[in-house]
Amino acid sequence: MCRQALEGVKIADFTWAAAGPLTMSYLAHGGATVVKIESGTRSGASRSFPPRGGEGGMISSMMFSNDNSDKLSISINMKNPRGVEVAKKLVLWADVVAENFRPGTMEKWGLGYAELKKINPSIIMFRSSARGQTGPDSKVAENGITLQSLTGFTSLTGYPDKNDPTPPWGAYTDLTAPALGAVMLIGALDYRAKTGKGQCLDLSQLEAGLQFLAPAILDYHVNHLCARRMGNASSYGVPHGVYRCSGNDRWCAIAIFDDREWKAFCRIMDKPEWLDDPRFATAIARKKNESELDHLINEWTVKHPVEEIMNLLQDNNISAGIVENSADILNDPQIKERQFFEKLEHPHLGSFFHHGVGFRLSKTPCNPRTPGPILGQHTEHVCRELLGLGKDEYENLVDAGAFT
Amino acid sequence: MSKQALEGVKVADFTWVAAGPLTTNYLAQCGATVVKIESITKPDGIRTFPPNKDNQAGPNRSLLFSMENANKLSMTLNLKHPKGLELVKRLVAWADIVAENYRPGTMERWGLGYEDLKKINPSIIMFSSSAQGQTGPDAGMGATGITLQSLSGFTHLTGWPDRDPAPPWGAYTDLTAPAFGAAALMAALDYRDRTGKGQYLDLSQYEAGLHYLSPAILDYHVNGRVAGRTGNAQPYAAPHGVYRCSGEERWCCIAVFNEKEWTAFRQIMGEPGWAKEERFSTFLKRKKNEAELNALVETWTSRHSPEDVMAMLQEKGISAGVVKNAQDIYEDPQLKEREFFKKLDHPEIGPLSHRSVGFKLSRTPCGPIRPGPCLGEHTEQVCREFLGMSDEEFVDLITDGVFE
Amino acid sequence: MTNQKQDKNMGALGPYRVLDLTDEKGFLCGRLMADLGAEVIKIEPPGGDPGRSLPPFYKDDPHPEKSLYYLAYNASKKSITLDIETTDGQDIFKKLVKTADFVIESYRPGHMDNLGLGYEDLSRINPRVVVTSISPFGQTGPYRNFHSFDLLCSAMSGHMFITGDPDRAPLHISLPQAYLLGSAEALMATMAAHYYRRKTGLGQHADVAIRDAMIKTTVNTVPMWEYKNEITKRGGVFWTLRGEKQRVLWPCKDGAVSFGMHGGGFGAKTNRELVKWMDSEGMASDFLKTIDWENLDMETATPELYNELSDAILRFFQTHTKKELAREALDRGVMLSPVQTVADISESTQLEARDFWDEVEHWDLNVRIRYPGAFIQITETPCLKTTRAPHIGEHNEDIYIRELKMTSEELAILSGARVI
Repeated sequence: MCRQALEGVKIADFTWAAAGPLTMSYLAHGGATVVKIESGTRSGASRSFPPRGGEGGMISSMMFSNDNSDKLSISINMKNPRGVEVAKKLVLWADVVAENFRPGTMEKWGLGYAELKKINPSIIMFRSSARGQTGPDSKVAENGITLQSLTGFTSLTGYPDKNDPTPPWGAYTDLTAPALGAVMLIGALDYRAKTGKGQCLDLSQLEAGLQFLAPAILDYHVNHLCARRMGNASSYGVPHGVYRCSGNDRWCAIAIFDDREWKAFCRIMDKPEWLDDPRFATAIARKKNESELDHLINEWTVKHPVEEIMNLLQDNNISAGIVENSADILNDPQIKERQFFEKLEHPHLGSFFHHGVGFRLSKTPCNPRTPGPILGQHTEHVCRELLGLGKDEYENLVDAGAFT
Repeated sequence: MSKQALEGVKVADFTWVAAGPLTTNYLAQCGATVVKIESITKPDGIRTFPPNKDNQAGPNRSLLFSMENANKLSMTLNLKHPKGLELVKRLVAWADIVAENYRPGTMERWGLGYEDLKKINPSIIMFSSSAQGQTGPDAGMGATGITLQSLSGFTHLTGWPDRDPAPPWGAYTDLTAPAFGAAALMAALDYRDRTGKGQYLDLSQYEAGLHYLSPAILDYHVNGRVAGRTGNAQPYAAPHGVYRCSGEERWCCIAVFNEKEWTAFRQIMGEPGWAKEERFSTFLKRKKNEAELNALVETWTSRHSPEDVMAMLQEKGISAGVVKNAQDIYEDPQLKEREFFKKLDHPEIGPLSHRSVGFKLSRTPCGPIRPGPCLGEHTEQVCREFLGMSDEEFVDLITDGVFE
Repeated sequence: MTNQKQDKNMGALGPYRVLDLTDEKGFLCGRLMADLGAEVIKIEPPGGDPGRSLPPFYKDDPHPEKSLYYLAYNASKKSITLDIETTDGQDIFKKLVKTADFVIESYRPGHMDNLGLGYEDLSRINPRVVVTSISPFGQTGPYRNFHSFDLLCSAMSGHMFITGDPDRAPLHISLPQAYLLGSAEALMATMAAHYYRRKTGLGQHADVAIRDAMIKTTVNTVPMWEYKNEITKRGGVFWTLRGEKQRVLWPCKDGAVSFGMHGGGFGAKTNRELVKWMDSEGMASDFLKTIDWENLDMETATPELYNELSDAILRFFQTHTKKELAREALDRGVMLSPVQTVADISESTQLEARDFWDEVEHWDLNVRIRYPGAFIQITETPCLKTTRAPHIGEHNEDIYIRELKMTSEELAILSGARVI
């Protein structure tokens, strides 16, 4: 098979739940050897995350397989000193140690950055946490649902006429942080290749999330304007939003930004009179009469299937798209063409689709190749092949209860 | 005929040669009453400038004089005669504007400096155009357009980089200053209409000329770069220049600004092999190999007439134009359509085409109506109609030799 | 507009407003109106005027706020951004036209008409407005839609055919000039129309052809054809300006000087003084000293006579440097100039003495840049001091919010809609 971009990069991966593993996924898809270190007694919460498949049970999450494809799994009992010994061997082997526990946890295990450096002076430690490793709130318990509110995404999602926001689905900050973390890590690897020096990377998911709100933060700082949720409206595009189409819960997203688009849109809707209508002739007037305009557009869209509207508008260079549901996504011809989803055969859960990454490299493939590992699936492989332990030594560790 | 824009504006015009008369030429062509004041013993030097009727110099035989002084009236006066000076003062009282371009100090010597004129007509506007202005250490320096265009930097900036300059033909600063001066006079008239106040305008042809070189002056000031000769090359297009065509001394200018034009240009040339070579594949490469490019373009243009090259390229949206000689200008269809030249019957020269200004005004026609005046042709008309002189007085002045 | 009062610090055109829609074909026109005191509002497309990409650049950094070409010719103006090709843009532009005395534009002929912003449309909104259109060949005629560039206007004016060395191609001035001459012509056209408006209250449309403005640089060569069927050709440093081949550029010790050997009254004084000067250095032959300069007609002088004269002068000039010749010529009243570079010009004591240069603060670049100043000295209403060319849309707030009373929300909408 082809070489991969990150082939040869070795990662001892202590991450769990979502934000950490999704960071490691970029590296695993890119060809790095990612050894996921778990404990059989306290297996990662995400191993039970729905949907589950096969026989069901706590370790049958299809979501886990999706988030951890291309990784290896070793299960170590960190409470057993022999287990910690194996973990330290992995540190010596690795280029990178990654973790996203609550700050202080790795130190408790004797695996803080200072200790890791003693084992492997050029180690790169990647730490992802809710609010960073330092500061008064660093040790607060957090998950993506709470953190997206803390970061401000929740208050910015919803309808302006309702008191309460409608939070974004999923744990939004778990999805904003990973790409930034992976990029940081590749930068650190590059630096080490040039200088021989490792370092500790401290990613705060809160801070990473704020990068995605920078204009609103500047607006507050400079103009004291506090950004508010405004449904699907835009401060400048009008019309701008989703419009009901024929069928059950079918919607089309449409946005008009400039004069040329507006003129084309009126032509398509067969409303040439709108071009001279003082309510709609200029962008400023349209903005003023936006709800009236949205209503009139809805009267048109609701008579047509969403696919028809999308194609008609796209043919005229106007931005329009189906508000896709899960089935739409899996059947989306563009997604199929680019093979975004990879169907992988899971030994327990059968064959199903796994996410790829949102880019293609022309020389080095980075699509998922193997499903997420079964707990401890690669314990022996890792010990024997990667760490180079002898058969006796390995069996000795097994007998000593180092692996669970 | 329709009213003209400057009808009613009265100018006592002491200007001579080129820079001055070309300034009042604008006023005369737009309808002002311009009385050119000369003396029979020392008429405007340009009255004998070639070409002359039958190659015989004489005060009313220069074709150029007639063109530069179309629509003006000519009055002769002997300024050394005390009554001559009296008469001038009456003209000053009549006029809105006094214009002159003698060497600084000359008008003062005649008792016709601005302070003198103001005593006669407090709201008079006086316009002086000179080589280097009325003040400063070099104010008294004699100059012609030929010398001044070198002083102003134009000569240094005209020619091929591998050779000495080939000065711009004609007296370039004589042609850059007039529109500036005439427009400033209009502004002064506007100010006088609003406030009743006249003023003194001191135009340095040197300084006015420098406005045509501002970018090079700033480039020297901030970047220390001394602009030099670049032939016909310019930094932002290649090819850019003049190319030999079939026929003797026939040329066409061409500029290709972007990729689209380059592709079209290649097609028009019949996709010659050289045009697809690596060394001409990008703009930067065409620029770098510009000399070779120009030579190869010329192998194509030299097989066609410049008119054909122009038509072929213009049709595809590429800028190209015939380098016109005097005959071409005379026969140019665009100039004919816009009636740029007007044939006027000159009493001594016969029919002669006179140039118009470079613009048309939608309500008020401008352009030549009468050929340049014969020396003293309007002396009587000016005295009687403008100065309200009686028959007796006029005859007395003639006998006194005041009009010589 | 008929009875405005003003103090003299406003310049002669103090009460007037200009909307400047030009590209580099017309930059200079608005610049000179600003010098005369008018409020000139440059209307740039969103993102900035394409002219901002023209070299040279401040410290050679090709950045839209650093084009020295742009800075030079848009100094003293204001800037707003507006896309007049949109309905919103046209709406706002029409509001501005009501407040304007002048509109100058340099689009392809017909473009403003197609947008519903032609002279007829604008005069319905403001009958007093003067609209000036600057184009390579004018708004009418068979060449009106020609694709053009600066050199082309020069080529088709006849000027290039007669400029340059005889063994090489026709030549233009290395710093392109046609658009600048066209802009100066446009200024004159605009002012003539303005004068008529003051008298009658009626605005009008001025249609400026850049090429036509350049034709006058051919001086007497068109009548040479019309009358004598002679086509004037390039002669390098030898011109046939006065009928006979004449040297206009003379090598000296360290470069060259310009000197024209004119006959008759026109050249008599300078020629006499030059011979005196040559004589004082023992370089004037008896033949030279006996010439009757007043009656020497260069048009009919024999080539032998001309060559004898010019050889003697050539020998003399070669014994001196540019500086020596320039200084002595000034003292003796000989019409002669050194061939100056922009560096020489920048050191001119004459320009210094007349306080010609304007030092302009560029706080954004942390530098003071020296600009050519007043194009004419006027006693009562002097030209205003040059001020920095505006940044892209620098005056949007002044015009849109303070003057047109638009809200910042509306501006944000129009910015997103790519109107401003």
